[in-house]
Amino acid sequence: MSGTLHLIEVDVNGKRRVAQVPARLSLVDWLRDELRLTGTHVGCEHGVCGACSVMLDGEAVRACLMYAVQAHGHRVTTVEGLARPDGTMSPLQDAFCEAHGLQCGYCTPGMLIAAQALLDANPRPTEVEIREAIGGNLCRCTGYQQIVEAVRLAALRVE
Amino acid sequence: MKSAAFEYTRAASIGEACELLARHGDGAKLIAGGQSLVPMMAMRLVRPASLIDINEIAALKFVAAENDAVRVGACTRQAVVERDGALAARVPLLRQALAWVGHAQTRNRGTIGGSLAHADPCAELPLAAQVLDARMVLRASSKGKRTLDAASFFTGAMSTAIRADECLEEIEWPVWRESRTGSAFTELCIRHGDFAVVAAAAQVALDDSGRCVRAAFGLAAVGQTPLAFPNLAAGLVGNSLTEDLIRAAANDAADACEPGSDLHASAEYRRHLAAVLAARALHAAHEKAKAS
Repeated sequence: MSGTLHLIEVDVNGKRRVAQVPARLSLVDWLRDELRLTGTHVGCEHGVCGACSVMLDGEAVRACLMYAVQAHGHRVTTVEGLARPDGTMSPLQDAFCEAHGLQCGYCTPGMLIAAQALLDANPRPTEVEIREAIGGNLCRCTGYQQIVEAVRLAALRVE
Repeated sequence: MKSAAFEYTRAASIGEACELLARHGDGAKLIAGGQSLVPMMAMRLVRPASLIDINEIAALKFVAAENDAVRVGACTRQAVVERDGALAARVPLLRQALAWVGHAQTRNRGTIGGSLAHADPCAELPLAAQVLDARMVLRASSKGKRTLDAASFFTGAMSTAIRADECLEEIEWPVWRESRTGSAFTELCIRHGDFAVVAAAAQVALDDSGRCVRAAFGLAAVGQTPLAFPNLAAGLVGNSLTEDLIRAAANDAADACEPGSDLHASAEYRRHLAAVLAARALHAAHEKAKAS
C-alpha cells in the first residue's frame, strides 16, 4: 500500500493546485520539488529551524512537519505569495532590504512568513512580541537585531 | 530525514478513527498536529505502517465550560487554547504552561491532546495535567468511553494508558472554585521554546484570612512521568504559606524525584533545580492568590 497516491487539491498563493502525492511526501518537498516554489527553504527537516515556515489558512506553520496530503482542502501561502500582485515586494520585504534584515538569506523566507503572520494578527507589535513571533526561526548571520528592526519598520509603514 | 512510507487515512469522525485503529492494530498511529510524531518519523525513531489523520474531525476541536471543569477537545490547537481568555480565567495554569511550549508555528499546529498522548516527561502540558489532576476521556469503537485521571494516564516516559484501539477524545481540566486562587508555571531551558531541563507548576487557594485551603504542585523532567506531590501539597493546607514552609515542601519534592543525567544537566543539578523551581512556582502562585 506504500505506493498509494492521494489526490489533493490545495490553494497555493491563490492558485488552485491539484496533484497526486504519496503520503510520505512532506508539504515543503511538494512545494519545492513538484510546484517549483523554491522560495520556501528546507533546513533541518525536523521542526527546529523554521526555514520552511509557510502559512496554512493564514497561520504560520512548519512545512516540514506536515505531509502534503494533509494540506488537502486548505490554503497555503508561501514567501512567493507575499509580494504584491504586480510582483513588486511587500512592505515587509522592502523593510527587510532597507534594515539589512538578512545576510545569507537562508532563514529569510521563514522569517518573512513568521513576521507577516504576526503583523496580520497584530499590526502594532511590541519588540517582545516581534521576538516571540520569530523565536522559532534560526538565523546564523544577523544576530536577529536587524530582523527585529525590519519588522518594526514594516509595522510603522503600514500604519 | 524523510519519513518511511506509510498508509494514510483521513478519518471523518471519531467513530471512524476508532474503527480504523481497531482494524489496523499496533502498526497504526493517530496523527494530530504532528509536531512530535513527524520529527520522530523523519528521524525513523518510529515507523508506523499506517497513519490515521484526525485533524479534520470537527468534533475533536472545542472548548466547553462546565461548572467545575473546562472540557477541551483533544485536537484543539494549542494556539487556540492559548488565545482563549475565558478559559485562561478559569484554568490559568494552562495558558501559563503554553507560554513555554515550542514556538508560534508549532503551537498553531500542535494540539492539546497530542502533547498529552505523546507524554514526553519534559513537556509542559502533561505537567499541567498532572498538577491539576485533569481527566482524559478515551474512546474505543467496541468498548465505548472510559475516563482516566492524570495519575493513572501517564505510565512512563513517552507512554500512557491509552490502548492501541483507543483515541483520546477530550480532556477535562478541573476549575478551582475558591475565589482567591493563584497559579504559576516556571522552567529552566537552554533557549526559550526548547525542552525543559526542569519545569515546575503550582496552584494554591487561600481563605479570607490568607490561610492555604487548597494546594497542588509538581515537577517535570525529573522522572519518567510528570510528578505531582499531593501529600506534600496537603501538608500546606491549613497553614499560612511562609517562605520556610514553601522551601521545605519544595525540598521534600526534590528529594522524592528521580532525575537522570544527560548532555544538558546532571542528576544533581536537576535535583537542585527541582527544589529551586518548585519553591518559585509555589511562591508565585501564592503571591497571585494573595493579590486576587
